[in-house]
Amino acid sequence: MQKVYGSATEALDGLLFDGMFIAAGGFGLCGIPELLIDALVDSGVKDVSVASNNCGVDGFGLGKLLDTKQIRKMMSSYVGENAEFMRQYLSGELELEFNPQGTLAERMRAGGAGIPGFYTKTGVGTVIAEGKEHKDFDGETYILERGIFADLAIVKAWKADTTGNAVFRKTARNFNPPAAMCGKVCVMEVEEIVQPGELDPDCIHLPGIYVHRLIQGEHEKRIEQRTTRPRPAA
Amino acid sequence: MPWDRNRMAERAAQELEDGMYVNLGIGIPTLVANYVGDKEITLQSENGMLGMGPFPFEGDEDPDLINAGKQTITELRRTSYFDSATSFGMIRGGKIAAAILGAMEVAENGDLANWMIPGKLVKGMGGAMDLVAGVGRVIVVMDHTNKAGESKVLKECTLPLTGAGVVDRIITNLGVLDVVEGGLKIVELADGVTEDDLRAATEATIV
Repeated sequence: MQKVYGSATEALDGLLFDGMFIAAGGFGLCGIPELLIDALVDSGVKDVSVASNNCGVDGFGLGKLLDTKQIRKMMSSYVGENAEFMRQYLSGELELEFNPQGTLAERMRAGGAGIPGFYTKTGVGTVIAEGKEHKDFDGETYILERGIFADLAIVKAWKADTTGNAVFRKTARNFNPPAAMCGKVCVMEVEEIVQPGELDPDCIHLPGIYVHRLIQGEHEKRIEQRTTRPRPAA
Repeated sequence: MPWDRNRMAERAAQELEDGMYVNLGIGIPTLVANYVGDKEITLQSENGMLGMGPFPFEGDEDPDLINAGKQTITELRRTSYFDSATSFGMIRGGKIAAAILGAMEVAENGDLANWMIPGKLVKGMGGAMDLVAGVGRVIVVMDHTNKAGESKVLKECTLPLTGAGVVDRIITNLGVLDVVEGGLKIVELADGVTEDDLRAATEATIV
């Protein structure tokens, strides 16, 4: 079975349709599937719902799909870095469903693990709990949250072998494994594709069973908040 | 003299014990890391890291290595990385001993509001709701009053909650208060602050 594709556009061929639901990996601009987002822009797919912790920044990451008005709904925990997002949200063009960050991650993981719902104490007593089933376990109250089952997952890893076994780098792992798990189809972009046997089987972060299509490419890897301290004098 | 930001952070650092795994919020809580001294404290960054190091030297920034505030950081020898579902599993599962967070309002029953002001720009709760619901101990560090001089330590929160009944201890520029049965208990007064000063600046019931 051939998982490696020549480009992001080829890798998305036949998977896209208007009104579809996409789960995207990444946290802020760290570990985002830059190449696949660009290919989604080029595809012109419309009315997309996206589950992603953030929505990029103006003109980069998922922010590009806002500029082209291809997103109908976002499921996110934090969207503060994007003026176009706020404009579309306040004007009613864009629907927003806030999810606590851990609830969003667990919803993806649960969906990928075949769990349609789970109880969590996150958000009990807040607006997040409104309209959700409450249940007490051992004297503590929990709310029901649903697993996410996305039509497509787009994720980014550091390296993968040609069978899709993937390794992430530092905090760029973030939402990528749970997002990959919850997609009916998962397309992954990596910095380097290697041959089977080149990655230590004991050190695979995401087994290739979750990865259906794979591309390699150059990443800009933009830094959102460049924060440093002075180098001490030698 | 009431405590300044650094003195509040220094006081909050006293809450931490050797060997603790801790999550620090944005703002004054971030400064707490400067005052842990010889204690071995492991800082969690909820995007997926235990053992957060200091900011990198200029030129050493790594776009794959950021904290929950999206700032570039560094790793330590004992650092580990994991995905966000695992990260919030350890938060929700009570493995993180304490979170030190900023707040807009705290109520005498331990309610915390720190994520949105209705009618103003809403950015989202990020991981705050998961943290306050899950960690062992929630310590709030904030100014006792807002810019208009109104108390932020209230009988009831007026803003949408981040968590209900979740706060254990409040450290402000005026002193330290604990959430107890029936209200708040004064634990400590800031330098030069009298109990009358603190009571006057507090709307909540002090028991």
